Amino acid sequence: MLDADFFRRWLTNAADAVDRSAALLTELDSPIGDADHGSNLQRGFTAVVVTLEKEAPETPGAVLTLAGRQLISTVGGASGPLYGTLLRRTGKALGDAAEVDEATFTEALRTGIDAVAALGGAAPGDKTMLDALMPGVDALGTSFGAARDAAREGALATTPLLARKGRASYLGERSIGHQDPGATSAALLFDALAETAENPPAPGADHG
Amino acid sequence: MDDEKLVGVVLVSHSAAVAEAVAALATGLTGSGATAPVAPAGGTGDGGLGTSAELIAAAAARVDRGAGVAVLTDLGSAVLTVKTLLAEGDELPPDTALVDAPFVEGAVAAVVAASAGAALAEVRAAATEAYDYRKV
Repeated sequence: MLDADFFRRWLTNAADAVDRSAALLTELDSPIGDADHGSNLQRGFTAVVVTLEKEAPETPGAVLTLAGRQLISTVGGASGPLYGTLLRRTGKALGDAAEVDEATFTEALRTGIDAVAALGGAAPGDKTMLDALMPGVDALGTSFGAARDAAREGALATTPLLARKGRASYLGERSIGHQDPGATSAALLFDALAETAENPPAPGADHG
Repeated sequence: MDDEKLVGVVLVSHSAAVAEAVAALATGLTGSGATAPVAPAGGTGDGGLGTSAELIAAAAARVDRGAGVAVLTDLGSAVLTVKTLLAEGDELPPDTALVDAPFVEGAVAAVVAASAGAALAEVRAAATEAYDYRKV
């Protein structure tokens, strides 16, 4: 079962992953975006970690809802409302349960991803974060590790695609040949999720 | 004209300078008499290019006179942030609407209509109609 601490550790690991990859995300965002994806997400996830420590939400749903709200108010680029919606809708779908099983989380995450697709009006293959999120959630039924691999492959597979959404779409065919920064950061979330599942807190550790 | 009943207009751009200039343009082209409350919400909180949910919420609160608030945006994260605030939160006044319109022309139409006492639906229609104004 996954408790509030699991989700807090997930987002903390995601913040660390974003920190480690901020330069790469911004580099990927330079030829086809406005070179701010890494710094925007870094600001957002740093604020998420701070607010989770300060407010200490007690349920998985509350952790994700609070984190989503923080991303919406902090990021400043399109990834803020998109990732914010992802986490908030996932959190709302989890309700007030103190613990959730993996199947429930997978379904909730799918609800969140559907909300992202509706908000951005994008479909798989448009060279967006959905190209990592959708294969990731599809593989989550198998294992966290499988989801990580699928999301990573999804992100890599955006390279030959033509961008159909966002600023990159203005570039038309010149967007081909670049890996999508949004799909790359989405894969980091699944990376952090697998890392969280594979490294449970030591027995007896203070869960705060 | 009772200022209390005018629809408010919020102008959201990635650039604070653009939002402020378009607000000044729309207000300036409205003519004499009462002018609807207009607030720019441009750029990020720290003065960079981008979108700030907090600036948008503050601007909407500032122009809310109880008759509704029309929000016009430029593109990308400005659109997504307003949509998200409308869908997810209680941070915008009731009767706040994201208006589908070209930013500059729509802003002028919205502020002119709102200043004339038009209701939110009419302000919205006036701004959206600006899409039909062909230049060539």
